[in-house]
Amino acid sequence: MASFSLLIGGKAGDGINQAGLLLSRLMSELGYRIYMSFDYQSLIRGGHNFSVVRASAVPVSACREKIDFLLALNQDAVDFHSQKLTDSSYMIYDSDSVKSDSVKGKGLGLPLSKIVKEEGALPIMRNSCVMGAFWKSVGLEWEVLERVLRRFIPRGIDLNLKLARRGFDGANQMIKLESLPQVPLPVFTGNEAIGLGLIKGGLRTYVAYPMTPSSNLLHFLADVAENFSLKVIHPESEIAVILMALGFSFAGEKVAVGTSGGGFCLMNEGLSFSGMGELPVVIVLGQRPGPSTGLPTYTSQTELNFALSAGQGEFVRFVVAPADAAQAYYWSQVALSMSWKYQIPSIILSDKEMAEGAFSFEVASVKDVQEQGHVPWNRVGAYNRYADSETGVSPLAFVPDKDAIIKVNSYEHDEYGITTEEASVTKKMLEKRLRKEKPLAQELEAYDTVGVYGKQDSPTAILCWGSNKGVCVEVAESLGLRVVQVQVLAPFPVGKLGVALNGMKKVISVENNATGQLARLVRSYGFTVDDRVSKYDGRPFSVDELERELGKLIKSS
Amino acid sequence: MAQRELATKAKNTWCPGCGNFAILTSIKTVLKTLAEEGTPLEKIVIVSGIGCHAKIVDYVNVNSFYSIHGRVVPVAEAIKIANPELKVVGFAGDGDAYGEGLEHLVFAAKRNIDITMIIHNNRVYGLTTGQYTPTSPQGFKGRSTPQGALEHPLNPLELMLAGGSTFLARGYSSSLELLKRLFREAILHKGFALIDVLQVCATFFNMYDYYNKKVYELKDHDPADFSQALAKIKEWDYNSDSPIALGVLYKKLAPTFEENFLKPAIDPAERSRKLDELLKPVRAMA
Repeated sequence: MASFSLLIGGKAGDGINQAGLLLSRLMSELGYRIYMSFDYQSLIRGGHNFSVVRASAVPVSACREKIDFLLALNQDAVDFHSQKLTDSSYMIYDSDSVKSDSVKGKGLGLPLSKIVKEEGALPIMRNSCVMGAFWKSVGLEWEVLERVLRRFIPRGIDLNLKLARRGFDGANQMIKLESLPQVPLPVFTGNEAIGLGLIKGGLRTYVAYPMTPSSNLLHFLADVAENFSLKVIHPESEIAVILMALGFSFAGEKVAVGTSGGGFCLMNEGLSFSGMGELPVVIVLGQRPGPSTGLPTYTSQTELNFALSAGQGEFVRFVVAPADAAQAYYWSQVALSMSWKYQIPSIILSDKEMAEGAFSFEVASVKDVQEQGHVPWNRVGAYNRYADSETGVSPLAFVPDKDAIIKVNSYEHDEYGITTEEASVTKKMLEKRLRKEKPLAQELEAYDTVGVYGKQDSPTAILCWGSNKGVCVEVAESLGLRVVQVQVLAPFPVGKLGVALNGMKKVISVENNATGQLARLVRSYGFTVDDRVSKYDGRPFSVDELERELGKLIKSS
Repeated sequence: MAQRELATKAKNTWCPGCGNFAILTSIKTVLKTLAEEGTPLEKIVIVSGIGCHAKIVDYVNVNSFYSIHGRVVPVAEAIKIANPELKVVGFAGDGDAYGEGLEHLVFAAKRNIDITMIIHNNRVYGLTTGQYTPTSPQGFKGRSTPQGALEHPLNPLELMLAGGSTFLARGYSSSLELLKRLFREAILHKGFALIDVLQVCATFFNMYDYYNKKVYELKDHDPADFSQALAKIKEWDYNSDSPIALGVLYKKLAPTFEENFLKPAIDPAERSRKLDELLKPVRAMA
């Protein structure tokens, strides 16, 4: 089996996300490259949650419609997903909560609830039991399972192992899953990769108010804060978050914040202040379907326009949309670096699918990012916080400095930082701030701001951004298409996109929104987009679904 | 640096008779005194919001952060957390602190973070030309309430006492010497300090005659006694005709928020080593 999919389903509170991550790590241990998608609802207990683990010999970051292994902890998991099974699929279920006549095809029922009770364990530990049964069913050695569980289960390992063993002993081998001759890679969610990238880039402080799908970034950084000497602060609101960030920035601390669309709305006035005050800050904006509260725990790509235009007034910003853990790790470092070098806000656009999805992560595949600091004050003459310069960038001094008085201002101000309403100063200072875009854009020429994948000599290109890159690349390989992923959205990489789309007879955009935000943006720079594939039901594209949609469009041309 | 001139080149645009002049004079005097006593001026950061009060940062030549309306407190908090050696003094209007940014004030008090908030409480929006504020008396005829404000005012000191503030005082823009004493004591207090300054807006709400009749300086008051503080704070509710106490109303010592963040930044080499450890392949090929 070069590629297969595994689904574990139950209700909220069953630990489905953790179980999915453990299964991902188990597959990684065998040398597979994995992608895990976690589907859950906005509730704490009940409902239906499921994790899909896609394992493959080559890197993947999208799911397929069919499921090879279904691990069902309740009846819903069978009812909702059995249509995804094929003749060769195999199901393991809790016979205490699943009706046996509802099980189609090959399957094994184990009285998981009863076993857990007999062992005096918690219901959540049914996961370990079902994993043990799965492990035996696919013909793998107990030792590997034990090793991985020991590494990743923080509490109650002995009991979990006991339950896993009962599952293992209660199952029979059905097939033999082969290990792959590849180095096992660690598994990280997109949020974790963003956090690690920020740390790598020199992050000192993270400030956030919880909001899906960025809350896990807050949790992750809070967990590693001690280890990396980070300050992680959760204040009263997103308004406090962004204003605190600006205060930290003023004090010279590399700072990031994280939120979703609603929280970002509250941050807009602070974002604009970052532009006016030239206070570097990185904002992680995790997208989910709106408008308003929308579908809190599902995915979308609806904040591109918003990220590009949020905040009153005109100011330079860096906006990037990574596709997966590797790109998230890379661009988070770049975002921090660009923010400080140019004293601008950076926005990292993620989405629920990328942020909470998990990926095999090969750090060696990520290009090195040179950590660039700010332009320091040369300590000659009097200090002017907003000194004009050829690049528009003013040298920085930080409090306390006995030779410098540092004045930051949200009003239009002179070079010293004192409020002004003078027409000539207003014009000069606005031009100074906007001037920073040119050197920033020039510097970005050296970065992969536009990714090109798939069949290079195809006359048809799929145009995409963010997490859709993975599914587009996989479909492009089977349909023989080129894929163009716009990674940096501001400053817009017009030149690189021109090269990427050069000679294309047909360009089809693929986006998780209804209005085609990237298509519209790209057209505004004079490019042609011939067709669009849109999905806006909160769910990511599956490989099969996108293949069908694109297939129709290609056939019709 | 202690001797350096504390005025900037900015032209002062407050109205004649504005109570802000007293706050400006007092803070400059206090900062000079603190500098002489060993707190160098470069360790001072002043933060303001938006409104007439906020121009003060343009007029005092020390490090400053001219923030946006209602958002003095989170900025001041962050600067203090980033470097607890700094003395961070926030200036805010009553619209700014008690209206738009009230949540931040309550949370800063709850955290007992060591910053000082000086509230220019003129009980009217000045810069937007005369609307009622959270502390305007009921019936106040402002431009948004021509028939009189419908709401009862907020007693900010009572709210801040409930919020956990560890230093509360009231000043008056015509009591200059008291203002200086209060500013100094508040800045030196370790913990969240708030001074509500009855700062008269000569143009839109001239209360000089009224305050001159009503204010008195606290004597024989024990600011460490919570019940006494509460009683004095409740004596005048910003609406009634009661006597108005000036001075330190409440003061106590408690652990401060910024003390939790004293760990220095990680050494880049150690950071790389720890990251490598996290990111490396799970194991080499079997």
